[in-house]
Amino acid sequence: MKYTQKVMDHFSNPRNVGAIEEPDGVGEVGNPACGDIMTFTIKVRDGRLEDVRFQTFGCGAAIAVSSMISDMAKGKTLEEALQITNNDVAEALDGLPTNKLHCSNLGADALHAAINDYYRQNSKPSREARPADRGPSGKKKKEGSCRCPYCQIEVPADSPICKGCGSQLDRNE
Amino acid sequence: MDDTDKGVYLDHVAAAPLLPEVLEAMLPFLKGDFGNPSSMHSLGERCDEAIEEARKKTANLIHAADPAEIVFTSCGTEANNFALKGIPLAYQNRGRHVLVSPVEHFSIMHAIRTLEKMGFQVTQLSVDQYGRVDPEEVERSITPQTVLVSVMHGNNEVGTLQPIAEIGKIAREKGALFHTDAVATAGVIPLDVEDLQVDLMSLAANSFYGPKGAAALYVRKGIRVQPLLDGGIQEKGRRAGTENVPAIVGMGLAAEVAVREMETRRRHAEALRDRLKEGILERIPHVYALGHPTEKLPHVLSVAVEFVEGESMLLFLDMEGIQIASGSACISRSLKVSHVMLAMGIDAALAQGSLLFSLGKDNRQEDVDRVLEVLPPIVQRLRDISPLYRKAKQATDR
Repeated sequence: MKYTQKVMDHFSNPRNVGAIEEPDGVGEVGNPACGDIMTFTIKVRDGRLEDVRFQTFGCGAAIAVSSMISDMAKGKTLEEALQITNNDVAEALDGLPTNKLHCSNLGADALHAAINDYYRQNSKPSREARPADRGPSGKKKKEGSCRCPYCQIEVPADSPICKGCGSQLDRNE
Repeated sequence: MDDTDKGVYLDHVAAAPLLPEVLEAMLPFLKGDFGNPSSMHSLGERCDEAIEEARKKTANLIHAADPAEIVFTSCGTEANNFALKGIPLAYQNRGRHVLVSPVEHFSIMHAIRTLEKMGFQVTQLSVDQYGRVDPEEVERSITPQTVLVSVMHGNNEVGTLQPIAEIGKIAREKGALFHTDAVATAGVIPLDVEDLQVDLMSLAANSFYGPKGAAALYVRKGIRVQPLLDGGIQEKGRRAGTENVPAIVGMGLAAEVAVREMETRRRHAEALRDRLKEGILERIPHVYALGHPTEKLPHVLSVAVEFVEGESMLLFLDMEGIQIASGSACISRSLKVSHVMLAMGIDAALAQGSLLFSLGKDNRQEDVDRVLEVLPPIVQRLRDISPLYRKAKQATDR
């Protein structure tokens, strides 16, 4: 696997591993069938992320992404943290192999889910996430759609072929 | 080169080193004896003789009655494609139904999709929790329309051996041709195409320390098969293309050595595999051995480590110089978990923690012991990060 040094560092020495005892927000995304689960817990003080911890079941990229994003988010305001995109994380890691870019989506999703969980618990409206995470058409990523693991463009959840690169997309039944 | 530089290599089903004598035998054909076997002149003739020698040795490995029943191909995938397309196309007037197991190599699982697009009907059998096909299901599933049954001899992902002789008997009785992908078994365990009652068999040199680039499809005399490659009349018109002389020569010699060394290699690998298996099951909790308990390849160990994902374990192992494989989704390019494990009914989450060890003739006890030393802390380290482990622990601590 061609991972950058930064990825290998965050994988071997992940920062912020754990689970906050009484979290202000919890976000869990992924499912074991796909191979990745990330659980983020956050502590919020004065609108800032005082602490961010994660637990991840997944590959090298998944663990590295979780570690990096928790580092990037710590200390930021909730609004700032919501602006962290999957591209930001991939860039901070000096890049991810193309078939691992989806892991960076998951990391950002999990963090944002934790923040939105906090908002929900405190009767605030959920916030829109990351404008960068839109398909080439500029439209928001729909529920029930995913990304082609090879070329990363958005494809409908049940599409058998990727319109971007022609790869066959298999689905787990 | 010092052996210790290479670390611990335990991925022999993916690739195996060349025997030194095989490399020696190949070199002349990469140097002065560079001829084309189809050429009329003496250089060409020498090369032609060399591949015919290799053909005899390859036939001998599987107890084929006649060397002419061996068609050399570039790889196991080509041999599988050749059988899976070549037979239905040749016999389509007899019927358009093909029967395969659900745990075949991708070269068969994907070839059947092409068959379906061509208008053939394909049925997939089922397997039990060990990945084994039931011959009775084969019997029930063969119809008068069935032209080909294909079930692999040994599975490279979990090691399970299939009841090929029983299936062969049934196929013969019902008039369907029977192909077996023996890439994982030919040259590794003794086999005989007569005893197995197969009509076609795929085998590959790299499985028995021959080179990549040489493989073969055994085609029983009298069986027609539509060529995959059109062109010149190499391989008696069955497989066009200038032969890969050095690789074929290598395959022949490797086959000859395999016949001689097979029993020694089998015992050696099996002892180490069993030591590795016992050690892993003993030292790491929540680990499960996959595949059939007795009907299995001697050199393969497939385990599933709960709560942890395969690629992350492989990365840590690689950092320690230990090289193995896994069936996890993250490892596969398609990002799907192993179809073999899913067919066996293994929970997708558990299948993600798959580790696949395949031993070779050069592995030693120290290699196994190194894995046993290094793997448990790796697993624990990853479990400490895992939300699944945490949840499981909380459930039991209650």
